[in-house]
Amino acid sequence: MQIARVVGTVVASQKHGAFEGAKLLLVQPLTLEGEPRGTALLAVDSLGAGVHEKVLIVMEGRAAGQVLGRTLAPVDAAVVGIIDTVDLVA
Amino acid sequence: MQLARVIGDIVASHKDENLSSLKLLVLQPLAADGSDAGRTLVAVDAIGAGVGETVFFVRGKEASFPFFPTEVPTDAGVVGIVDHWDLG
Repeated sequence: MQIARVVGTVVASQKHGAFEGAKLLLVQPLTLEGEPRGTALLAVDSLGAGVHEKVLIVMEGRAAGQVLGRTLAPVDAAVVGIIDTVDLVA
Repeated sequence: MQLARVIGDIVASHKDENLSSLKLLVLQPLAADGSDAGRTLVAVDAIGAGVGETVFFVRGKEASFPFFPTEVPTDAGVVGIVDHWDLG
């Protein structure tokens, strides 16, 4: 899993049926220091995460599909947690 | 999944039989601000997207799921056409 920040929302009327009713968020992966790392990606969300929130994402298809509760869903990333705090032991 | 712009399509008359009749699109991945981000790639189309459209695509084995039970040999697939996206 990775830490990411929700940076936007995506609207797509024409999409694969497995996405029906799913919320699509644009999330920016972060380093532990909170700096952006790599390109922003789309993740499905069933937790109700909002823009600016720090979240935990999975970037693996089977786990992401489970979030939608659908097998054989063509998804590869999902929000699985909304992060309150990250504590690092120096 | 990632945002991308469809910048081309590919015709390949001789290809794996499980790719036959599938549309192959050339994608340019996009960053959140809409600028080009990273290398272009080829993806199968599962949704009826065309050149010039902004789409989102999935990477990995999951790209073949829309065609189940056909085992499509692909590692990327277009699964949605983006109307718009909003940055917070």
